[in-house]
This record gives sequence, C-alpha cells and structure tokens, in this order.
Amino acid sequence: MPPHMTAIEASPTLLTMTLDGEEVSFTRGETIYEVSRRHAKDVPTLCYDPRLDPFGGCRMCVVEVEGVRNPVASCTTKATPGMVVRTHTDALEGHRKTLLEMVVSENRQVDVDPLRGYASQELTQLVDRYEARTGRFRGKKSGTSKTGDPNPFILRDYEQCISCYRCVRVCAEQEGDYAISVANRGFATQITTEFDGLLKESTCTFCGQCVQTCPTGALADRKSLRAEALPGPITETRTVCTYCGVGCAVDLMTKGEKLVGVRPAMDGPANEGALCIKGQFAYDFVQHPDRLKTPLVRDASGELVPASWDEALDRAAAGFVKANAEHGRHSVYAISSGRAPTEASYTLQKFIRAGFASNHVDNCSRG
Amino acid sequence: MSNPLVDMEKPDVIFAIGTNMTECHPVAALRLKKAIQRGAKMIVADPRRIPLAEMAHLYLPIRVGSDVALISAMCHVIVRDGLQDHDYIASRTRESEALFEHLEKCTPEWAAEICQVPAADIEQAARWYGAADRGAIYYTLGITEHVCGVDNVQSLSNLALLTGNLGKEGAGLNPMRGQNNVQGSGDAGGVPANFPGFQSVTDPANQEKFEKLYGKKVDLEKGITKITALNRAGEQIRAMLIDGENTVVSDADRKHGEAQLRKLDHLVVIDLFLTETAEMADVVLPATAWGETDGSQVNTERRVQRLRAAVPPQGQAKPDWWIISQIAKRCGIPGFEFTSAADVFNELCSLSPIYAGLDWDLIERGEYQWPVPHKGHPGTPVLHQGEFKNGRGIFKVIDYRPPAETVSASFPVWLTTGRRLQAYHTRTQTGRTAGIEYLLAEELLEIHPDDMREWKLQDGDTVNMSSSRGSVEVKVKASAKSPRGTVFCSFSFNEVPVNFLIGGGFDPVTETAEFKVCPVRIERTAAPARS
Repeated sequence: MPPHMTAIEASPTLLTMTLDGEEVSFTRGETIYEVSRRHAKDVPTLCYDPRLDPFGGCRMCVVEVEGVRNPVASCTTKATPGMVVRTHTDALEGHRKTLLEMVVSENRQVDVDPLRGYASQELTQLVDRYEARTGRFRGKKSGTSKTGDPNPFILRDYEQCISCYRCVRVCAEQEGDYAISVANRGFATQITTEFDGLLKESTCTFCGQCVQTCPTGALADRKSLRAEALPGPITETRTVCTYCGVGCAVDLMTKGEKLVGVRPAMDGPANEGALCIKGQFAYDFVQHPDRLKTPLVRDASGELVPASWDEALDRAAAGFVKANAEHGRHSVYAISSGRAPTEASYTLQKFIRAGFASNHVDNCSRG
Repeated sequence: MSNPLVDMEKPDVIFAIGTNMTECHPVAALRLKKAIQRGAKMIVADPRRIPLAEMAHLYLPIRVGSDVALISAMCHVIVRDGLQDHDYIASRTRESEALFEHLEKCTPEWAAEICQVPAADIEQAARWYGAADRGAIYYTLGITEHVCGVDNVQSLSNLALLTGNLGKEGAGLNPMRGQNNVQGSGDAGGVPANFPGFQSVTDPANQEKFEKLYGKKVDLEKGITKITALNRAGEQIRAMLIDGENTVVSDADRKHGEAQLRKLDHLVVIDLFLTETAEMADVVLPATAWGETDGSQVNTERRVQRLRAAVPPQGQAKPDWWIISQIAKRCGIPGFEFTSAADVFNELCSLSPIYAGLDWDLIERGEYQWPVPHKGHPGTPVLHQGEFKNGRGIFKVIDYRPPAETVSASFPVWLTTGRRLQAYHTRTQTGRTAGIEYLLAEELLEIHPDDMREWKLQDGDTVNMSSSRGSVEVKVKASAKSPRGTVFCSFSFNEVPVNFLIGGGFDPVTETAEFKVCPVRIERTAAPARS
C-alpha cells in the first residue's frame, strides 16, 4: 500500500465531503445515504433496509452531486473525498413527489393498517410528507394479489406492491431461503414463488421477515390483522422470545388487553431484526381459553377442582411440611423450569436449600 | 456458548455436530449462512440429512451414537499431520501426552467402520478443522442426549484445545441451549450440585456463605438429579414441586415416569395449562405466561435480558416467583419477602459472582453477557481468553462406547428423536397457536424411501413401532433425510408418545437419557388401503 493511503487510514478525519453546505467526515466505504443518515438529513427511501445490500431501485434517495449531470441514488453511491452533495433541492423534492405520485397510482389503497407489518407505513408516511395524494397518474394498476394462498400467516396482497424487492432480498440475503423471486417486468412485475405456487410449497419457512420489511403492507401479518377491527391504539412492549435459547428481542403488540402480534426488534442484540416462525407467529397460547384461571386442588373424590389461592397454597405447603416431618428433609424435591424467568428458578432453589437444608433441586435440561 | 452469537459469522471452518440448527435455533443458523456466504467452510456431522447438511461443504452421515469415534479420529489426524497448536498446548493445557498416546489407535479407518462414513471424509474434516485459523464447533442435544453425552462433549473439548480454538474470537466450543431460559435456570442454582452462580455446594466456603445469607443450615452433599429423584419416588422422595415442565411427555420411558409420579404422597405443579403432568398433581397453581410476566432471561450466549409484561394475567394467574415464595412462607421458611421480580433478581446478583456487576436496572437494554464480576465491568462475550477459570485446559482420554442398546434381530432399526421447526417440545404452546396445524398437523415417522419400498410401506400407512419398553402407532412418510436403517420422529405430539419407547440408557454423569438412540421394530398395523 502506498504511504499516503496508510496516512488516510490512520486519520479518518481526513476523509471529508460537503453535505448541504456543511463539511462532514465519513468512513471509507460509506455510501452518501449512510453519511446523510448519520447527519440526520432524512433522505426518503422505499427500497432501503439497513440490513440489506444497497439496491438503488426506488430512486427516492437521489441527491445532487456537483460535477455529475444527473442526480444519483445516494444508497448505491459511495462517498468520496471532496464530494459536494445536496440532499434537498427544489428539483430533488419535485422529482421525489412525482415519483411518489406514480408509485401510489398503481396501488389499490394508500392507507393500510399498521398491524400489517413493521415497515408497512413507510409509503403512506412519504406520500403524506410529499403531499402526493394528487391522483395525477390515475389509471393503470400493477400486481395481482395471491388471494388463493390459504396460509394463515402471510397475506399476499400484491395490489399494494411497488416492486422494491425488499421481500425478495431479505429472503435471500438475510434468511438464505430464496423462497420468492421476481417475475416479469413493468406493470406485469410480480413477486412469486417457484412455479407461481403457494408459499407452503416453496422453501418458505414462514419466518415473517418479508412481511416486516415490506414498506406498503403488500405482504402482511395475517394473524395480526385478525385484530384489525379492535378499537384503540397499538402499544409496543419490548421483551425476549419465549422459545429457544437464542433470545431474540421482540416487541409485543397489544390493543388494550389483547396481544395482537409480535415484531422482531431491529436492534435486538441476538437477532438484529430476525425471527423464526415460532417467535413471529406462535403467541396465541398466551390468551388461549385453555389457560388455567384458578388454582386447582384434588378433592376427596379424586377430582381436580377450583380453589382459592389461600386454600391451594396452604394445601401445597402442608404437603411439603408433612413429608419433611415424616420422612426427613431429603424427601422433598423440586424441578425448576428452563421456560420460566430466572426469578422462578432462584426462588425455587432457595425454597429447597434454605427450607429443607437439601440440594434436591434440578431443572429440565436432562430431557 | 464460549463465544457470542455474533462470532458465528466469523469462523473459517464451522464444525456442526448433532445440531439441527435451522429447525431448532433458526435465527442463530442465519449467522452460519452468512459465514458461508463470506467463504467459510462447513463440516456437518449428523445421522440425518438435515437442512444444515445440504449447506455443508462436507457432510458426514455418521451412525447414531458414533460421535466419539469420529471426533477421536479427527484428533488423530490432526496430531499425525502436525496440525495441532503446539504453543497453545504447551502454555494453556495439560495431560496432552496421555491423549496423544491414546489417539494413536484412533485411526480414520477404525472410526470409519464405527461411524459408517468413508475414512477419507474423516481425514478431510480433520484437515479442514485442524488448519483453520478460526475453527468453531457448534453442537446441541445430538451430542448430549446419549449414554456417552459427557464423553462426546469432552471429545469436542479435546478437539478445540488441540487446535487452540478456545478463548479466541470467531471460534470456540458452542453448545446451543435449547430452552429460552435453561441457561438462566442453571445460573440461578436450579441444579443439584451448585448454589446460584455455579458455586459448588460441596465447597465449605460456599456453604458458610449461603448459611449466612439464608440464615439456615444448608446441605453438605450434592442433591440428586431429577432422573434419580423420579426413580426414588415413593421411597426416599415423597413430595415434589414441578415448575413449568411437562415431565410426563418430555422425559424418557413415559410408562415408568407416570408410574413413579403416582407413587408420590404430594405433587404440586405450577404451569400455564393443565398438562399431562399437571393432571397427576394434588395441587395445580396457575402461573403467568410470557407476555404477562416481568423478569429476566439468559440466552445461549450468556446474555441477560429483560422480560416485560405487556398484557394482564389470565384469570388469577400469578408469577412463579410469587407462587413459590407464598408456599415457602406458608412452610415457615424465612427470606421470601420479595415484592417484585426486581427484588428477586437483585438478591441473585448479590450472591452470584458471575452476576456481581449486574442489577435490575443494568439489564434494561440486555447488553451484558456474564461473567460480569463487578460493577463497571463490560461483561464477557468470549470465555477463556488468556486463561481458563481453573488454570489450564485438561485433555481427557475418552474411549468409544456403543449405545446402551444396539440393533438386533428383534429391534433391527435405529430410532432417533428430535424436534421440528414449527413445534416446540410437547406443544403446550405451539399446539395452542392458530395456523401451526396448517404446516404441521400430525407427527409422521420419517423413513428412507428405499426402506419404505423394502418394508412395503407407502406414505400415510400406519405402523406399530416398538422398543423393549413399549410401542406407539405412527403414520409414516418417505424422507431422504433419514439414512437407510434409521428412522426419525419428534416427541412433540402426545398422539405419538414416542418417549414410551426411549430410555435404554442414561449418561452416568448427567443422567441424561439416550433420546437420540433407540433400537425399534416397525410393523404395519393393518393392511394398507390401496386401490
């Protein structure tokens, strides 16, 4: 490597460019879009997902670069030293508005329920920001919804599709599943599976990643939409998935007291926005009618019958006290749960260790 | 795991053995896919042609229960070809001489016969892993659920130590923990040999510490495992408290398990549902579920994260810690005045050296991986860097042992059991989730297509599958995932209670059952309906 290159590597502050009249620094390899984002320029995008390779499909993120005749897509153009970039000129804003007017003209509706997915409001928000509900290009539609796919998880409402390919890219780049692809071009563009079949017949694992990255709700969380008619705002609560040991961070979506969906946490340290079918869709058990609602105790006839907490706890305690009194401290045993929070295991082992001077406690890791 | 999840994107060579990661830990598997896209090589050893095998550069379809032979032969080739890390062995390990001497006879040809894979493939695997700058091992229950589970793990430890792959970024020895909080349960002391924080119960210093903290005498002896406890039910063990485990369905040798639980004078079960186990209890106490409970949870990379309640509890359900504390109080045990999950967690932190630097507020964003020995410590994403906790890594001489039961004229087929992507364990939760049945409606026994033909079976036929402990009826499906002579089914469906069959042997140290190996006989139950 030539000496001057080494000097630049060692002093990254030497890498500077002009962004909207201000000198800013950047790291080698950063795109103009990434630099703009760091400096809160709010450059609009539709096909961008920070987890995916830059695509340059939607052209919303175009910026003006001095010395370059036409605006360039900032998401695919690397920043270079000395570059002079403008992100919000009248010409750019006009171009973005026209683009949005064309994009929404092909869709069945602009407003979609936020239950559809994590990114489902992106198009709507941009249309409002640019006041692009003008109907200027009313007429031709693209995308044919796959209403015949009966899978209970993913609604394939392609009349809302804008061909940003985020779903196809997330499936390939993030999941490595390659279940969906793009067929045809122009107004006939269609997101589809191999042989245009059902998702179930493809390599789709129903992880829901395509749903969460879709910026228009064309791919939507069918389970969440069961709660579309429920009134009230959606509240999000950050927690961690309850299934395997990976520990994916998730946001639970609630409407009032109803659990209506799960979203992957894009900043979850273990999952960085990813989930699997169980974490994404298998939450109905929480509010299932089979849940135990009251304590149960076995009555004289041998049946388990509802009881008050006081009665059940007294009965539970009495059995342990009796065993200890009649058969000694090593007659009591406890199995702690690998499914419950850590606090459950801590109190359970303390119950045995402090209560009976015994180490007769184990967990379910032995099968 | 010795290394963090993010390190799964960094190895040069991945050795995945006994882990069906794309189905059991799908989000972790994404990182392996990225490593492969980056150019990493992957070796997969598994009796079944699982999805991970399809992604592998080298797939070793080893016979069930032959892991020690494979790993020993890989160590043999590494030493024979001088691929071991001499400096690491000299400075960070001991007892390598005994291992080297033992390895002399563990040739690839010897292992090839046991594992039923070509010796040349074993050589290839050894040379790739041995030559890697960052060689990472991943394993799950395919390693541990054997009579030789501990031997399997120690063999993998030998392999990692030989090549200096422990204590290094992007490498390591990485068990993928199965349940969301099995790590946290062990951390908190839910095991017979350790106080919270893996402090041995037989160490007098720890005993003194906990007697002072708990204000009560503690035991000087290790407890017994739950397997032994169940065996002693009705004799030594008279009363049992089971929190959130469907023991009846998930444990091996179900008939025995049910009979033993019936012998108890007193059984209390805390759960979300009236599980098969809860149905046997004298008292059933309803716990709050995920989504209704505040608390903490620890993942496979030792990351301590917060659980938060989003919806109110169903009915009168209460948090586990509250229920257990109430029982303790009513037994007259002091020290259960907790008023929140935060109280409990902070007490755990105060007496666990690995959580000493944590408290409830510090785990808010989930950025800590234990050990966190003091406040201000950043946590420990990679274990064993610089030195091992106990000084040096110790090589163990491990002899191959066959499974407890091997195929015979009466039981000529190997059954191996496991999990499926869409179901979780005994389906108490995924079985109560709309939509899952669309993808996984019932349990089907997977049989190699050639065996199907030879046994005159067609998809959907029902067979009677028996071991020496019992039999179950199950429908069959041709699948090239199963090798010839080995069939697979999950234990998730109570309609196919395969754990009636399992239980030929247990690891002598952990007492984990050999869920992965069970010789069976397969017979069609009735003449198939054919046109």
